[in-house]
Amino acid sequence: MSSNSTDHQLVSLTVNGTAREVVLDSRRTLADTLRHDLGLTGTHLACEHGICGACTVLVDGRPARSCLMFAVQAEGKQVRTVESLSGDSRLSDLQQAFADRHGLQCGFCTPGFLMLAEGFLAENPDADRKEIREAVSSNLCRCTGYQTIVDAVEHCATARRGHQKGNVQ
Amino acid sequence: MNRTDTAPSPLVGTAVPRREDPRLLTGRGRFVDDIQLPRMLHAQFVRSSVASGRLTSLDLSAVREVPGVVAAFTADDLDLSAITAGLHRPPEEYVPTEMPVLARDRVRFVGEPIAIVIAEDPYAAEDGIEAAKAVYDVFPPILNEGTALAPGAPLVHEEAPGNTLLDVSLFATEGIDRIFADAPCTVRVESRTGRQNALPLETRGALAQWDAREEQLVVHTCTQIPHQVRTVMANCMGLDERAVRVVVPDMGGGFGIKCVVGREEIAVGAAAMRLGRAVKWIEDRKDALTASFLAREQHYSLRAAFDSDGHILALDADVVCDMGAYSCYPFTVGIEPLMASSEMPGVYRIPAYRVRGRAITTNKAPTAPYRGVSRPQYVMAVERVFERAARELGMDPVEIRRRNVITEFPYTGVNNITYDPGSYLESLDLCEKSLRDEGWYARQAEAAEQGRHLGIGYSCFSERTGYGTAAFAQRRMKVVPGFDLAEVRMDTTGALTVTTGTISHGQSHETTMAQIAADELGLELHKVKLHQGDTERIAYGWGTFASRSIAIGGSAVRRAAGKLGEQLRALAAALLDVPYEDTVLDKGRVRLRDDPERGLTHVELAEVAYLRADLLPAGTEPGLTATASFDTLSDGTFSNATHGVVVELHEGTGQVEILRYVCVEDCGVAINPTVVEGQCRGGIAQGIAGALYEHVTYDAQGDPECTGFMEYKMPTAAEIPDITIHHLETPSLITETGAKGAGEGGTIGAPAAVLNAVNDALRPTGVELENTPIRPEQIQLSLEQAAYKHKESAQA
Ligand code: FES
Ligand code: FES
Repeated sequence: MSSNSTDHQLVSLTVNGTAREVVLDSRRTLADTLRHDLGLTGTHLACEHGICGACTVLVDGRPARSCLMFAVQAEGKQVRTVESLSGDSRLSDLQQAFADRHGLQCGFCTPGFLMLAEGFLAENPDADRKEIREAVSSNLCRCTGYQTIVDAVEHCATARRGHQKGNVQ
Repeated sequence: MNRTDTAPSPLVGTAVPRREDPRLLTGRGRFVDDIQLPRMLHAQFVRSSVASGRLTSLDLSAVREVPGVVAAFTADDLDLSAITAGLHRPPEEYVPTEMPVLARDRVRFVGEPIAIVIAEDPYAAEDGIEAAKAVYDVFPPILNEGTALAPGAPLVHEEAPGNTLLDVSLFATEGIDRIFADAPCTVRVESRTGRQNALPLETRGALAQWDAREEQLVVHTCTQIPHQVRTVMANCMGLDERAVRVVVPDMGGGFGIKCVVGREEIAVGAAAMRLGRAVKWIEDRKDALTASFLAREQHYSLRAAFDSDGHILALDADVVCDMGAYSCYPFTVGIEPLMASSEMPGVYRIPAYRVRGRAITTNKAPTAPYRGVSRPQYVMAVERVFERAARELGMDPVEIRRRNVITEFPYTGVNNITYDPGSYLESLDLCEKSLRDEGWYARQAEAAEQGRHLGIGYSCFSERTGYGTAAFAQRRMKVVPGFDLAEVRMDTTGALTVTTGTISHGQSHETTMAQIAADELGLELHKVKLHQGDTERIAYGWGTFASRSIAIGGSAVRRAAGKLGEQLRALAAALLDVPYEDTVLDKGRVRLRDDPERGLTHVELAEVAYLRADLLPAGTEPGLTATASFDTLSDGTFSNATHGVVVELHEGTGQVEILRYVCVEDCGVAINPTVVEGQCRGGIAQGIAGALYEHVTYDAQGDPECTGFMEYKMPTAAEIPDITIHHLETPSLITETGAKGAGEGGTIGAPAAVLNAVNDALRPTGVELENTPIRPEQIQLSLEQAAYKHKESAQA
């Protein structure tokens, strides 16, 4: 990698609903930009080579690995991080499901799993346990053994479906 | 100790929600890399590219030219003392070695740090390390037990002949050879386990800054042992210990590799002092996989004698642990062989025992304790012994265990360890019953008829936790871990702050320690807050490892809270003018035992203690604080479990699929059952990982082959099954809460159970595997050969 620290660019993107402009080195990753330029340290890095999923955020609603994206690639896009999930003081239903089902221990992988699940459930609200397990298998957790993460996502999906039905009736 | 008189425990034993969750779920956790300081610099390390050699020149001039690079230091520039861990053992048993902070001339593994580069941003630091020019005299590397112990082998450490750093024979029952000669049945097991990485998801890291006002180097780092990092840092830099403050923010896992002192955090501290600016180092995944501390590579040669009824008569063991290039602080290379040698008889009544344990050194990354420390390996080897004997004697593998497990307590073993009460037999029976009731034995028979390969396997073990000073002193460590401290402080609003020397990194101490303190004082949970991981807040702590936090640290918390409770009651008794004995702590106040209406709230008492000292009875000290320590003088306490696994082997791929996993565990009083289950499941996942997937390998030159998650196969949700956990509860007699440790058991039990299940499925092939990780190619080959033989005999 050659050093090219003068190669700066202005990037405009929307992060958690707020328009942001950042001047940055073109090789700067989206993850570093979120964490260190915008102070959104909820997004974590655990491999920086696209395998662990700790850095997962939503880009235009889809889960994406922010360690594999350059920030300049997010130009004009909508980015959502874990910081966007809860309102002022209340956990979202998904976050609450993780707490209720002990879906986290050290919590380092957790923001990545939450954003993965948030994006996945938005596209697959009817996912069953098997599909959920398959989906969450794209992220790594060293602490939980995964079962409780699957439980949490399944619980949230079921509750959302029940809620929807309740609304329809 | 007199416990304070409280209402019955409403919190201990209940699954109260985790108090750390809201923070971690909303992205407001604070990990080392989340902290930014003004004018902060970033460090990366230039690392050795050869496994064994002499560094003949190291030119950093081009590094210093890289845009953004601020400084680059070699060992000579920083001039730090080496890290030395030691054992008090005679030279024929133990060779002490040093681990320099930066290698000066001799390099001993690929990845060993030889220089630190500091830059304005992490990208520039990485550019910088690529510009370093190092020249080596390359020596042939020592990469395994065979080459390390070969006569005339090159030496990893000149001072260690035969590349052996520790060689002990701890036990040798008299007449053991006679027992073997006379025994109707003897079996042999050769069992090897592969090198693994503990792999916390948060890599290591440190952020150091000199605080001129406090004249103190403040280091934020993710360590399980902050006080020990402080000691080593001060020693290496020639500072008073008080001139270093170590703070641990949230920590993304540790599993043991963060319970040793690394060289990088010391170098970062030294660089920060040199430059007068904050310096941050965050280990990348490649370094975490190749240059961090590794674990687990061991070789067991076991021989055992049985009578014809399946009772074990004697065990003769030779254990060789490949510790890599350096001894870790504070445990030394003795940690694994000493653990294995002293604890191998495990849950079984083994009347005669002989063991030799060795730590050998090789040109691979050094090792640290990893969840379970030697117990996953020796349990696997010993469980193989029983499986083998059962086959020889035509016995059921569960029945042979039943005949041999310890059933009467306390039991003092041939290893001079006294086991406190446990449920060894009960857990085995319940585990087998669960699988039987669920119909797995019937399904196994069905599968066999269809030509499918289902296997059922078990492992039984106990796990010493609550290692106090006495137990560690037996290891003859130069620094002896064991006790822990706790401090409690009630403020004027009646809220309680608990400070511990242990440090949570996923184990939920903020919840469980608070449960203990709250119960002791009759407080609501939200009135209690935990402080941990800061060397300025508590005089000392041994940190979190060896499943010690609740057993030892939790006992200290209970004692400290108990002392504070006595103060509150004494104060209330004096203010109400009643005898001390007539008072009880109950729901946020001290009241009269026989008159629930009469009492004073904690808030009222705290106001007097701080704001109205004029009302204090004569001789009463103002304020409401108490400290306590806890240590175990006995051999510790023993959690136990039985794991039962059903696997299916897939023809064509040789893949092992886990169909069912049941764990019956007993960790005494479970302070929070949800947390205990979480620890079990996570541990089992790591055990399965070791049994089936993870393996750190090196090429012939000693270059690490696993540099990323593509090569190092950490299992995902697709590989780890759902796990059912049954709890038994045999309270510990030696801890204050009745709790035993719960952190490591899952990891200890899983490899043996999985391997036994695989062998059970392989039974028709005649193949028995003894090593982990189990390779699919081996399984596939065995199944193919068996099918071929089957066809041939059918044709004949
Ligand atoms: S940090 Fe992005 S996938 Fe691991
Ligand atoms: S909770 Fe620790 S890595 Fe997932």
